[in-house]
Amino acid sequence: MRYAIPLVVLAVLIGFFAVGLNRDPRLLPSPLIGKAAPAFDLPVLAAPAAADTAVAAPQRLGNAAFAGKPYLVNFFASWCAGCQVEHPYLMTLARQGVVTLVGVDYKDAQADVSQWLAARGNPYAPILVDLDGRAGIDFGVYGVPETFLVGADGRVLHKHVGPLTPEAFEHDFKPLLGAGS
Amino acid sequence: MIPELGHFALILALGIAFLQTVAPLLGYQRRDAKLLAFAGSAAQAQFFCIAFAYACLTIAFINTDFSVAYVAQNAHTDLPMIYRVSAVWGAHEGSLLLWMLMLSGWTFAVSVFNRRIPAELSALVIAVLGVISTGLLLFMLLTSNPFERLFPVPLQGRDLNPLLQDFGLAIHPPTLYMGYVGFSVAFAFAVAALITGKLDAAWARWTRPWTTTAWMFLTLGITLGSWWAYNELGWGGWWFWDPVENASFMPWLAGTALIHSLAVTEKRGLLKSWTVLLAILTFSLSLLGTFLVRSGVLVSVHAFASDPARGLFILIFMALVTGSALTLYAWRAPKLATVGELHLFSREGLLLLNNVFLVVACAAILVGTLYPLVIDALKLGKISVGPPYFNAVFLPLMVPLFVLVGFGAVVPWKKGRAGETWQRLKMPALFAVAFAIVVPLALHGRAALLAVTGGLLGAWTIVAAAQDVSRRIRAKPSFAAGLASVPRASWGMTLAHAGLGVWALGVAFVISYGYEKDVRLAPNARTEIGDFSFGFVGATEAKGPNFIAQQGEVTIERGDHSVTTLYPQKRFYPSQRNVMTESAVDATLLRDLYVSLGEGFEDGSWSLRIYVKPMIRLIWLGGVLMFLGGCLAASDRRYRLAKAADRRLAVDGGTQAA
Amino acid sequence: MRSWAAALLALGLALTAVSEAQVTVEKPEIPLSSEQEARLAELLPDLRCLVCQNESLAESRAPLALDLKYEVRGLVASGKSAPEIKQYLVDRYGDFVLFRPPFDPRTWLLWLGPIGLVLLALWVLLRQIRGSRRAAAAAPLPPVDDAALKKLLDE
Repeated sequence: MRYAIPLVVLAVLIGFFAVGLNRDPRLLPSPLIGKAAPAFDLPVLAAPAAADTAVAAPQRLGNAAFAGKPYLVNFFASWCAGCQVEHPYLMTLARQGVVTLVGVDYKDAQADVSQWLAARGNPYAPILVDLDGRAGIDFGVYGVPETFLVGADGRVLHKHVGPLTPEAFEHDFKPLLGAGS
Repeated sequence: MIPELGHFALILALGIAFLQTVAPLLGYQRRDAKLLAFAGSAAQAQFFCIAFAYACLTIAFINTDFSVAYVAQNAHTDLPMIYRVSAVWGAHEGSLLLWMLMLSGWTFAVSVFNRRIPAELSALVIAVLGVISTGLLLFMLLTSNPFERLFPVPLQGRDLNPLLQDFGLAIHPPTLYMGYVGFSVAFAFAVAALITGKLDAAWARWTRPWTTTAWMFLTLGITLGSWWAYNELGWGGWWFWDPVENASFMPWLAGTALIHSLAVTEKRGLLKSWTVLLAILTFSLSLLGTFLVRSGVLVSVHAFASDPARGLFILIFMALVTGSALTLYAWRAPKLATVGELHLFSREGLLLLNNVFLVVACAAILVGTLYPLVIDALKLGKISVGPPYFNAVFLPLMVPLFVLVGFGAVVPWKKGRAGETWQRLKMPALFAVAFAIVVPLALHGRAALLAVTGGLLGAWTIVAAAQDVSRRIRAKPSFAAGLASVPRASWGMTLAHAGLGVWALGVAFVISYGYEKDVRLAPNARTEIGDFSFGFVGATEAKGPNFIAQQGEVTIERGDHSVTTLYPQKRFYPSQRNVMTESAVDATLLRDLYVSLGEGFEDGSWSLRIYVKPMIRLIWLGGVLMFLGGCLAASDRRYRLAKAADRRLAVDGGTQAA
Repeated sequence: MRSWAAALLALGLALTAVSEAQVTVEKPEIPLSSEQEARLAELLPDLRCLVCQNESLAESRAPLALDLKYEVRGLVASGKSAPEIKQYLVDRYGDFVLFRPPFDPRTWLLWLGPIGLVLLALWVLLRQIRGSRRAAAAAPLPPVDDAALKKLLDE
């Protein structure tokens, strides 16, 4: 019987590998889920042609400015390739107006991002500037683009790493939009 | 045209590999000598097909034939010739072809050096190797064809990853694969023995040189890999406990255990089923390494581009190969049980104890490497198991092992006597204690605990290892006659054990007395590290064949006199838009001075990373010594001349090599 | 500067070095006492760089790693203890950031496994040795079919 032990160990290992093959080791779950969103207070980007230009933009915005309604926090940068990929979908989202889209421009030069937005359009309600990446650290950002859903009560409900896709939004974000209120 | 020929040769090789498997098995079942004899011819034909395919791919690289997708992804017209040749194994598809070349090469060697082996056994061994060939060729042809054409043909290739454009890396994979793949021979011997049910001292003697040869290549491969990482990655580290490094280290530990248990099986006819299991596990761990590297299940610096389809294929392949071998083992191994008296305080007892620590160390690394994957698969979150864990677990396991190495070479087979052992080991023990106290103090002025422990174990291992040779020499009337009487296997063991000791010294000293400093220096500024003063002169632009570099100039002084000037580079490779550090090292046996460039700032200052690494060369020197020891042991004449060896065994009272 | 991470990853991930354009803000240097420097040096190897996959913060030059290193330096300067700093990072990035996994029910097997294995292996070994003696006592002349072995045993 004991001669079969190695075979059993192998079978268990193979089982784990089979599961492991379908999981991405680089995808990290956020410890923030279910907790209050990190406090931020960031300067607003003086953006050309923001989505709703009518609002007179304040100089800085913090969590309080968005309380009461769910909103997306999208960390992006003009230098990031994945951000280009998701950008058209963000434009669609902005047009649909299902949720407020807060952009956080991560470690980016003002001139670069202005040019980038001018060329592609601006899907964000306000764009906050995280020049030194401190807000990114508080949110546990490890690679832009990353998108957080913050509920009406200010808790983080979901985090998506990598370009946001329609599937991911419909599947992971939409069902949570009513939650936390 | 040439790529198509290569592709065709691979398909042909697949057919041959299939026949190479089936014919001998049928021949064995029907007791048909002709079918058995076919195995050798098939193995040789397969080798020529693969070698041909390999040559085709190499030619495509030399001619930078970008119509071949693999070449387009890994070459560039500016790529220097030597790296065009090594680029063949620079990525997944080509490295797999190299794997195949090695495997068919080993099989070829078995078919040639099999005169002393019974035809039946040799045919079965080749058949088992044929199974592995068939699986890998299928894998290559179905998921990873290196000859796939690309249309439209790009004008320029994407170039070889700059990290791989280094001489160390040009030779590291072939040596490593020689080792990995070489263990397939021991595996095949084990499976063949399970099939025939015949496992005796002769079987062990046939298996030993193959195992030792594979082991010595793996040793060299790991050593080269460590040396490459040290030079190329710019962190001054020599071992990172990266999953892929672990993947090469686990078969090494298991293979080391196997070499020692084979010695017991040969000399005493004991541990048969254990030896067979180790042979199966060692190669299975090599396969596991291949799976880990190529499937993307683990996060690693060295992983190849991952593809779930490839991962799934290797997983199934591994399940089939290892699974069937272990099933066979579960079924047949009970019959291999041996009767013989075993004493703990005897050479075989100590070797078994050595196996315990080697195998547990191997298992601990396996557990640590796979633990994040298991936790993730159980949906318990993501954790990291990194160097702090491995160091904490691995180093304590090595301590008893080093103590044992000293005893192993001295205690006789069957039963040792404490008094006699003490007589022979008291001088080495005294020497080791003296060394461990004096040397750290003399060289560095303070006795760090780790340096003393490492010095003790290292010196003990080296001096105790020499006991075997010195006893043999003293047993003869004259020194010359004594020297001539020492068999190569004995020299091999001594050298390999000494290498282990040298390695331990290097590790202990570099950890205990190394300095590192991250510092931003303006031009003409200096910084002091240890006894050395590093002056940053400035950085200028330099041009290479396929890169542009910022080259720093760092002058190093000690006291009043200048030591050397180093020129670390930060290279930009336009073809891949990649930035690479090329660190600069001034090396002596006692210390390395290592400088690598970080970021440059607008005012002309640079961030520099500076290391002083005492005795780090000993780490690789130890690896090379182990490799040379393996060379000597594997080429011992008794493996070539069985009868003469048996006679000498009888006269000599057994070669002491373990 | 992101290309550092990319250069290391490119081996496997074929990530193209997307940009040289990530902004690096020059931050004021945080002076540390030599005791604090030592604590920092002890702490950094235990923290994982998240973007470089298998480097610690001590080794990495990835931009995020540099940011985090700066952050940790600041925390050390403000007198935070090592467990506090680790918790600070775990709160943001999860246990993944720790190279030395915490000892909790999930990792009992990881930390205790090797010790358990040594004990188990030694127990099996001793049992084997005792068993072999008993067997040898029962059958004083083991059947040996190999001539070489017989010669060896007769030495």
